[in-house]
Amino acid sequence: MCKQTFLAALRQGLAGLPQNNIEEWLLFYSEMIDDRMEDGLSEKEAVAAMGPAEEVAALIIEEFPLAKLVRERVKPKRAMPAWGIVLLVLGSPVWFFLLVAAAAVLLSLYISLWAVVISLWATGAALVGGAFGGVVAAVVLMLQGNVLTALAMLGAGLFLAGLSIFLSFGCKAASRGAVLLVKKAVSGTKSLLMGKERAGCAKQ
Amino acid sequence: MDVQLKRGMLDVCVLAAIKDGESYGYKIIKDMKPYIDMSESTLYTILKRLESAAMLTVRTAEHGGRLRKYYHITDEGLRRIESFKAEWEELLAIYRFVTKEDDHV
Repeated sequence: MCKQTFLAALRQGLAGLPQNNIEEWLLFYSEMIDDRMEDGLSEKEAVAAMGPAEEVAALIIEEFPLAKLVRERVKPKRAMPAWGIVLLVLGSPVWFFLLVAAAAVLLSLYISLWAVVISLWATGAALVGGAFGGVVAAVVLMLQGNVLTALAMLGAGLFLAGLSIFLSFGCKAASRGAVLLVKKAVSGTKSLLMGKERAGCAKQ
Repeated sequence: MDVQLKRGMLDVCVLAAIKDGESYGYKIIKDMKPYIDMSESTLYTILKRLESAAMLTVRTAEHGGRLRKYYHITDEGLRRIESFKAEWEELLAIYRFVTKEDDHV
């Protein structure tokens, strides 16, 4: 593959990112290829050293901050006509609250996800507290001479301790799962944003 | 390895590559090669991060009829290297403590 073909493929792979970022990346890769050629490599070898353009583009997108991508996507492509602005202002009581509602739904989903995780940990903490209480109570009862009740209390305490150990595996798995879910949601949003842009390009 | 730890170490590697004088992308990769194999996209992301953290400055200069970007370390960047060395001393002390038991076996 020649340098121009690689850069064109990279440009295509990066479509959807802010234009100035794409230009910066292309300049960087162009410089890297030129420097390798100056070092004695052929053009083909220098391009091959960069890896496949699609993989390079995928890596760049993965590292690109989501917030910046969203800002780029919501930016209007062309100046809005006057009637558009009038409509936007007149419709603001509707779209503004719809937007707030959508944000609230997303936020509540996020909070409820972590609420599940937190409540699991809280249950675990309660079990540990119960286990500790059971053992202390058993010692006190033993000192008072209530041997049978003390043994029952000790049994209950140990049972709770066992349960808490068992639950701790679930807690850890749930925390890991939640983190993974949030990461997946972020990368899913990214590909959704990029995908829309690509579909738009194809139509033009 | 812990992602955050690795990211911090790679940042310092790039800073170390420009510590003794300004350098450019390909030379940085070549200088690091005997120690660490870094891809172009990783290097670029790190250079951008270091630039926005004011640990290096960038200038564009003509070279052989084309433009090339040169990266120059700042005092902030030099301080980052020093603090990395200090942190590493602490980590080494912990490492020695952790592996101490193994020596007796």
